[in-house]
Amino acid sequence: MTEKRTSLSRRNFFRNAGIAAGTLVAASTLPAFDAVLFAAVKRNTKGPWYGIAIDIEKCIGCGTCAKTCKIENDVPREPFFFRSWVEQYTILKDGSIKVVSPNGGIDGFTQTVPADDIEKTFFVPKMCNHCAKSPCVQVCPVGATFETEEGIVLIDEKYCIGCKYCVQACPYGCRYFHPDKHVVDKCTLCFHRVKKGLNPACMDNCPTKARISGDLNDPESTISKFIRTRNVYVLKPHLNTGSKLYYNALNQEVR
Amino acid sequence: MNPEFEHLYQALSKVDGFIYPNEIELSWSVLIVLYPFITGLVAGAFILASLERVFNVKSLKPTYVIALLTAFSFMLVATMPLVFHLGQPFRAWEIMITPHLTSAMAIFGFVYLWYLMVVLLLEIWFDYRYDLVIWSKTATGFKRIVYKALSLGSDDISPKSVKLDDRLGYIVTVIGIPSAFMLHGYVGFIFGSIKANPWWSTVMMPIIFLFSAMVSGIALVMVLFIVINYIRKQKIDMLCLDTIAKYLFYIIIIDFTMESLDQVHRFYEAEESFEIISLLISGHLNFTLLVMQIGIGMLLPLGTLGILQFYKPAEHIRRTIYLIVGVLVLIGIFFMRWNVVIGGQLFSKSFLGFTSFKLSLIGSEGFLMASIWLVVPFFILTFLLWLFPPWKKTSVEH
Repeated sequence: MTEKRTSLSRRNFFRNAGIAAGTLVAASTLPAFDAVLFAAVKRNTKGPWYGIAIDIEKCIGCGTCAKTCKIENDVPREPFFFRSWVEQYTILKDGSIKVVSPNGGIDGFTQTVPADDIEKTFFVPKMCNHCAKSPCVQVCPVGATFETEEGIVLIDEKYCIGCKYCVQACPYGCRYFHPDKHVVDKCTLCFHRVKKGLNPACMDNCPTKARISGDLNDPESTISKFIRTRNVYVLKPHLNTGSKLYYNALNQEVR
Repeated sequence: MNPEFEHLYQALSKVDGFIYPNEIELSWSVLIVLYPFITGLVAGAFILASLERVFNVKSLKPTYVIALLTAFSFMLVATMPLVFHLGQPFRAWEIMITPHLTSAMAIFGFVYLWYLMVVLLLEIWFDYRYDLVIWSKTATGFKRIVYKALSLGSDDISPKSVKLDDRLGYIVTVIGIPSAFMLHGYVGFIFGSIKANPWWSTVMMPIIFLFSAMVSGIALVMVLFIVINYIRKQKIDMLCLDTIAKYLFYIIIIDFTMESLDQVHRFYEAEESFEIISLLISGHLNFTLLVMQIGIGMLLPLGTLGILQFYKPAEHIRRTIYLIVGVLVLIGIFFMRWNVVIGGQLFSKSFLGFTSFKLSLIGSEGFLMASIWLVVPFFILTFLLWLFPPWKKTSVEH
């Protein structure tokens, strides 16, 4: 009797161990759990994959990009809603930093710091970074904001529930709540134009050609060459957002 | 000027330093302050109930059912502030139908439903089933119909079935404890996982939310226990009250330690955001954080409860002190939620300046609306206490 029980329990042990080992082996072949490993997604290498480059040295702070964007994309004209704007950075001789963006730079800038106190000053145009690992896409509870296969981050305004979690998640302040549509709105890289082979409106209207957008997958594209040949930086690289907005000659003070 | 944007122009004139132009208006207002506050009360009250049930703290028995009904009343309202703050409230169901699994917020519907339907509802039902059967035979009119319906057609009150109820109720409570932890830890994760915001992004956030939830839930049940006994003109069970206060004291110590650790760590490491956060604490949040949350809401109750562990004044004085301490703790935890939610949006993600926040009186995100969502659970609780009076329950030993 005792012997039989022993052999049964041994058989049970082998059976259970077999099941456990089998499950482990099977589980190890499954893809990683995407919900947790959001930032580990692979970039799209087939077809166009859009990025943006802005040459700070060329920007004159005219604000045409911000103005054009509002007209092209029907963005509310009040100074609280921007898909695209320009900031003026002034670094003073005493080391302090002054940043302004009155009405997003649409009306131009007036330097209020006396010339003698200025160490350097420059303009930084801002817009959606169309991140490859967008924190905003990650947190959307219904998947209303998404990254297209061309690498452009869009919002489905018929689907967005207006919880504004994405506004909180964007480190760059690129999203706003549309006062009439009651959904979140942001730069689409002029998706309607890009799809027709045109440039985004802000790029076409920039008088100094400080902005470029194009296919990062094509090594011969203007943007690929630009990124290869300049010292380009992205904003807040430590947040690992996979930003695809590259700045030439960006000062480390810029945030 | 369009009057719709008048408040934004006012806010624009109050901007301090530089903020990104889209950051003038806070995305999340007082309704989102209420959400973690109310959910915390639910989780905390439930954990107090399970202390009696699972950990066998017998002296807490008089609060068991009150704690469960309190948790249930607040749970029913927990989603309302969330739905009402949405830009598109009629699309709220999308979060349940088409959840986006990488989003912490998308899991809310499931955590909520699991907790409300599986844990709370079942536990209360198993606890009341015996009484529902008895009451459905003795009561008259509306109550009789309700009891009859809720007993689900079963009138088996044999000792065997009562024992089974108790057993199943126990199992639900055991499942309920990790669920309560998950519910509120999860709410903390909604904030703690936002890497763009250094005031929120800390791995401690779920733990802090959990312990502050326990603090607020225990304080609420303590206050309600005193008030209910006062209204019913019953002599309060002092042993029970002292025991609640003792647990409140212990949990406040843990909560205070966790929150202090978080801040000390933040200040010691002094990362990129250090300067703006120092300015936030010493400036915009000095009253709500230093005075209301830490001073009045934490240190004062902690000191008072600490003294009461050694020195016990007369019962009526002790009772009054407990009442005041409970209310202070609730105020303190409300301001803790305020400082997290509002505080985290006052500074720009450029770390170069601040926007301002003014709570309006009316409107869907105004003071009155928020007050309604805070008061409604008490009406629900009063109704539940009338319909299912815990003091008329037949005492069944767990």
